Amino acid sequence: MAQRIDVKDVNIYYGDFRAVEGVTMTVDPKSVTAFIGPSGCGKSTFLRTLNRMHEVIPGAYVEGKVELEGVDLYGDDVDPVAVRRNIGMVFQRPNPFPTMSIKDNVLAGVKLNNRKISRSDADYLVESSLRGANLWNEVKDRLDRPGSGLSGGQQQRLCIARAIAVKPQVVLMDEPCSALDPISTLAIEDLIQELKKDYTIVIVTHNMQQAARVSDRTAFFNIAGTGKPGKLIEMNDTATIFSSPAEKATEDYVSGRFG
Amino acid sequence: MTTTDSPPAPVAPVRRRRSSGDTERGFSRTFRWIATGAGALILATLAAVALFLIVRAWPAMTASSEALAEAVPRYPDDTSFIAYVGPLIFGTLLAAVLALLIATPVAMGVALFISHYAPRRLAQALGYLVDLLAAIPSVVYGLWGFTVLAPVLAPLWTWLNNWFGWFPLFAGDVSPTARTMATVAVVLAVMILPIITAVSREVFLQTPKLHEEAALALGATRWEMVRTAVLPFGQSGVISAAMLGLGRALGETMAVLMILSPGFLYSFKILQAAQQQTIAAYIALDFPEASGLAVNALIATGLALFVITLAVNMAARAIVARRKEFSGAN
Repeated sequence: MAQRIDVKDVNIYYGDFRAVEGVTMTVDPKSVTAFIGPSGCGKSTFLRTLNRMHEVIPGAYVEGKVELEGVDLYGDDVDPVAVRRNIGMVFQRPNPFPTMSIKDNVLAGVKLNNRKISRSDADYLVESSLRGANLWNEVKDRLDRPGSGLSGGQQQRLCIARAIAVKPQVVLMDEPCSALDPISTLAIEDLIQELKKDYTIVIVTHNMQQAARVSDRTAFFNIAGTGKPGKLIEMNDTATIFSSPAEKATEDYVSGRFG
Repeated sequence: MTTTDSPPAPVAPVRRRRSSGDTERGFSRTFRWIATGAGALILATLAAVALFLIVRAWPAMTASSEALAEAVPRYPDDTSFIAYVGPLIFGTLLAAVLALLIATPVAMGVALFISHYAPRRLAQALGYLVDLLAAIPSVVYGLWGFTVLAPVLAPLWTWLNNWFGWFPLFAGDVSPTARTMATVAVVLAVMILPIITAVSREVFLQTPKLHEEAALALGATRWEMVRTAVLPFGQSGVISAAMLGLGRALGETMAVLMILSPGFLYSFKILQAAQQQTIAAYIALDFPEASGLAVNALIATGLALFVITLAVNMAARAIVARRKEFSGAN
């Protein structure tokens, strides 16, 4: 259910612009890896290359290798659609499909993957996914209501339920709490701790306390200046990054001296 | 006496008078009058047209059927005014609805191709081309439909009649010249394609990136992304686009007049000649030789068209307005 990701010498481009340069890292299975760094350092861009969502943007492309259990996701015979089915994603702003009910939102990915699912299987999957996202008790009486009627935090957990309903290997989260209030944020952070038992989790966050609270390993990205490519400065156990980082820039950032 | 005790600002008024804001205020007052006047003019025009139609249609609507039969050419004997207008309304609606049925799927396909499939440069060129279709005069469409399209379609209509003659629309005796409602519907469909495509394209382009990416991140192919994110979002927009197209098809005169071999029946046989007629084409055809009460009768049919078109446009507006309330997740 959880697999490791090996990134080898990845460069990421928007057209001619090189946004991220020379990233090599390993993401461990069944753990939470956090990406931190100042705005524009390419951490979200890099996250999106892990499930080939980056190339959705016109003109964007990636050089280098991203391997999931040894299989290069950017290999010639790899279908990006298949990659995204294996590596789920949760976005910065909650984005349930507004015209679908809560139940249909959870089942959206499953219906894409295999058209036919029996009613009892569907019901079971909806309940287990919503339970997995800590949302079941709040919505079990209104599964047929539109997903857009939920609060922001509930919507985000619905999106997580939707992502895990397709049983991915990895769940990517792009600042999942930045649009949420503190209580919803806490709920999501608790959920991340639950999810890492089954999934490999990668989370981008602006919030250093959040990275410290939820992650096992932390990667710090930085840019030399506007228009320059972002780089991976340092990656280590979260405790090490926040207590005794090897690089001066990391220490300045985590101690709040810039960013 | 009420005095508004605003804090004294002795310098400010002087400075304001000198600034460009004041001259703008002078002009903006003029502009407001121009704008208001233009708005009022539209209302006045609409009211005048409605009034004209009602006043001039009234004699025909209240006249006895004998008087009408005497004055109006091609007036069926012993029929009320309603029975006289009825087939025309039927023909108008039939032509417009058939055109819509053909045009909407094509327009949606073109709009989706432009908004979500075509490379950017091709999309732009294609968009211009579709808009150009709207610039072709309807007389030209009529000529084209009459001289080019009808002979091309004739074998197709024969084939449809042979194999699907059991279906009411394709029943009857096929017209060898294909100057029938079916051909008219195809030409009208081409004519309303630009408006439906343009509006649908704009709606599809407005689909929130967030929803498209949500679908893609779940492992949707391009078509699945369109189906889960773009189409539900664009649904009501496409409906209102289709209504706008319907409005245009209802009033189209020249192309129908030039192509259709008219009849005055409640007939669904769109492959047979001399079955239906639309209001607009009927008016254009008979107006030159009409006088007296016949003119009133024609204007009354025009009133019927006016009411139908107004209703369709209002329905379109209502759907667009409902779409605004439905703002999606965020």
